[in-house]
Amino acid sequence: MKRTTRSVPAAQDFGRRVFLRQASAGAGGLVLGVYWSPASGAVTASVPAAGSAAVAAFQPSAFIRIATTGAVTLISKQPEIGQGIKTSLPMVIAEELEVGWKDVVVVQGDLDVAYGNQTAGGSTSTPNNYNDFRRLGATARTMLVQAAAQIWRLPPGECVAADGAVHHRASGRWLGYGQLVAVASTLPVPEAASVRLKDPKDYKLLGTRVGGVDNAAVVTGKPLFGIDVRLPGMLYAVYEKCPAFGGKVVSANLDAIKALPGVRDAFVIDGTANLTGLMPGVAIVAESTWAAFSARRQLEVSWHEGAVAAQSWDGFAAQAQALSRQPGATLLRKDGDPAAAFASAAKTVEAAYSYPFISHANLEPQNCTAWLRDGALEIWAPTQNPAAGQNLVSSTLGVPKDRITLHITRSGGGFGRRLSADYIVEAAAIAQRVGAPVKLTWSREDDLRHDHYRAGGFHFLRGALDAGGRLTAWQIHFVTFANRVTRDGSAVLQPGSGANLSGDEFPGRWVANCLLEQTAIECGIPMGPWRAPGSNVYAWVFQSFIDELAHAAGDDPLAFRLALLGEQEIVPATGDRGLPYSAGRMKRVLHEVADRAGWGRGKLARGQGQGIAFHFSHRGYVAQVAEVTVSRAGELKVDRVVVVSDIGAQIVNLSGAENQVQGSVIDALGTLMFQQLDIQRGRIVQRNFGDYPMIGMSDAPTRIEVHFLKTDQPVTGLGEPAFPPLAPAVCNAIFAATGKRVRQLPLSRVDLRWS
Amino acid sequence: MAAASERQASFPFDSNAMSHCTLQVNGQLHEVEAAPDTPLLWVLRDSLGLVGTKFGCGVGQCGACTVHIDSVPTQSCRTPVSSVGRKKVVTIEGLDPKGAHPLQQAWQELDVPQCGYCQAGQIMNAAALLKENPHPTDAEIDGAMAGNLCRCATYLRIRAGIHRAAEIAAKPRGRP
Repeated sequence: MKRTTRSVPAAQDFGRRVFLRQASAGAGGLVLGVYWSPASGAVTASVPAAGSAAVAAFQPSAFIRIATTGAVTLISKQPEIGQGIKTSLPMVIAEELEVGWKDVVVVQGDLDVAYGNQTAGGSTSTPNNYNDFRRLGATARTMLVQAAAQIWRLPPGECVAADGAVHHRASGRWLGYGQLVAVASTLPVPEAASVRLKDPKDYKLLGTRVGGVDNAAVVTGKPLFGIDVRLPGMLYAVYEKCPAFGGKVVSANLDAIKALPGVRDAFVIDGTANLTGLMPGVAIVAESTWAAFSARRQLEVSWHEGAVAAQSWDGFAAQAQALSRQPGATLLRKDGDPAAAFASAAKTVEAAYSYPFISHANLEPQNCTAWLRDGALEIWAPTQNPAAGQNLVSSTLGVPKDRITLHITRSGGGFGRRLSADYIVEAAAIAQRVGAPVKLTWSREDDLRHDHYRAGGFHFLRGALDAGGRLTAWQIHFVTFANRVTRDGSAVLQPGSGANLSGDEFPGRWVANCLLEQTAIECGIPMGPWRAPGSNVYAWVFQSFIDELAHAAGDDPLAFRLALLGEQEIVPATGDRGLPYSAGRMKRVLHEVADRAGWGRGKLARGQGQGIAFHFSHRGYVAQVAEVTVSRAGELKVDRVVVVSDIGAQIVNLSGAENQVQGSVIDALGTLMFQQLDIQRGRIVQRNFGDYPMIGMSDAPTRIEVHFLKTDQPVTGLGEPAFPPLAPAVCNAIFAATGKRVRQLPLSRVDLRWS
Repeated sequence: MAAASERQASFPFDSNAMSHCTLQVNGQLHEVEAAPDTPLLWVLRDSLGLVGTKFGCGVGQCGACTVHIDSVPTQSCRTPVSSVGRKKVVTIEGLDPKGAHPLQQAWQELDVPQCGYCQAGQIMNAAALLKENPHPTDAEIDGAMAGNLCRCATYLRIRAGIHRAAEIAAKPRGRP
């Protein structure tokens, strides 16, 4: 394989090596792609020698394909879970490539090392790819311009790309991209430094409202999702796990099940001890989903439940109360002399906040289709994290990674649930026993009772105010949850995702005397990332308690927050897990949201209130004002929510961005109002949407106003950062309306009546 | 298919036995072999390959499986196939021959979906609403759509989409 390789400095170093590759497509097209290797360093252009046999081998990992007809196909490498990435990232290429959006076809890529990181999580898909995708489009455009210039024997500077063609304005000549494919395919990839990115003020597509590329298929019911996969001869599976987490199969009435109509097989899978991996269970394989579901109703399993069966939420709460009277097990932060500051405080405020475990409740239940043929495994999965699926299947079942093909389907919701790969390894384990393609479908009850949950938590807080009403000391003992896991051969306690507080979490770093401690209760409940992990609860606790302190200080909640944020523009990180925090950006979104909401202006009737909150997460600075009405009978209606976000210099797709913010606000309100799981005897009590209600249309806020503060900061993602400030904004508004402070979630269990 | 219903009624303890029925779905007749208690949802998805109708909860609590049975919006996950008989079933695939029902147009115009999983059920329920009430108020929409969950919470756009579809439907044909 003969290639020439040049190294040039990276315009933007993402800590990865970027390879630009070119190949002429077998079907007569120009293919341009980038891929990333783990090594950090310069951008490298890797060019196949013209006419070499190596050319075709570069083809499968390309992002751009231009056919001789001029048709443009763009690959979406990130999984689409409802965050709109299958539309927005290809838009970035199309903008720089100068092709009309209507002429672009977007195709979902499979899991492929050639695409680099393909995990859709942490709102990272946009920030990790935006600048690379601009350069990718611009490089292709530059080559097409060079091709036209070569054909016309003109300097490239006299040729301009626009709307899928290269134009020579002086002579009026133009050539469509399709006509340039043959020549462009012979050109070397230009050095990154010679590729000019567009000035954002010239953008025609980015920042406009663009509908999702799959919308037509969605509204006409075309197959898109994992659960829609159908293969010739496909069988259908269900998988019964122990209701108490991690329980092992002692025995099951497999012979009786195998005799039922439509059932092809039933067997025990021993599984592993990994709580988020392949858990032990019983598989039933049948000729239809309903045959499998029906047979399952006859299934009788004797389980060995283990120690988890002694665990309950009430037990956890009692443990947390006992722990609150002791010093925390882990010191996260200590600044100044908190004890002395409390001793000399003019006023001390104390409060305990708690929230329950909750489920992701993706509307598409977990499912996966797998097919083992000749030692090779082919998987179709609705996943946010396809590489994790491949890794877990390989390490659990011993199938080499290069023998596992993973097709990424659209996901009926992600919210962090599909970063886990338990349902993928289950389908693969079943496929190992079945000589046919097999689709595993979880029931709603499986989904609710075998999630990797957002952990519950308990915060014991104290704040000290001086005579001037300034916050002089801040103290938290956070009681959280951890699983016992094996790491490097030894058992360690690992706090759940989003259940491990950073000492830098606001207002750590801002208060002179600060004591943050954490104690983890060991539990056998599987935990995992849930939309805006950590932030989705910390914002509620800390922005609510800051509100308590503002009222105790006799200060306006906005003025108190602005004073707390201080005068320093950027506050550097102090811990391993902290991030620099731009207090300046946060103050600007706070001022903007207060202006737009009319904060503090106008007199509100009793039972009505405004609340304000802010939170920094996932690189986004977001402030919200909520306006609520609480009836004397205690019924809450959120009348209006104003959201101001600073997520950087460019909104990629304005329609998608507004949809994400509105969805985050309503999702956060539903979580606040309704979501709670009870744990008894090591199992989840709730079964379905009847006892785990989700928010419906009538509870959505009447008005949600979405504003973006355009700054010169890097472009970033929006799947998560608009979620966290909603709950505290609403609870602070409830306090303003009723004088009732909400310190326990969800609201459906809080008495909001007033008189 | 009437015979199939009767068989199920007279042999309630033999509900797993496969039986034959003829279903009319989206204007076409289909011969189906299924246990009489099979929910229509799974016959549509597994037997007929009409996967636009979605499985969300299996107990009629989310609305993702909504289809029309003789024009009545019905949750197909709790409708035994044996109860359908000669009634006309319409799914999202058959709502409009060109996929251009006013709701399907409005949904694309307003970019309603996020993940999109619930939207077929939302549209089917909304289509029945608009047929009964061509210009519903917000409150009437909220009431009619109460059984349809959207986990991504695109409710404001769903509501706006129904209003927009009402406008599209009210326009005389062939005029912008």
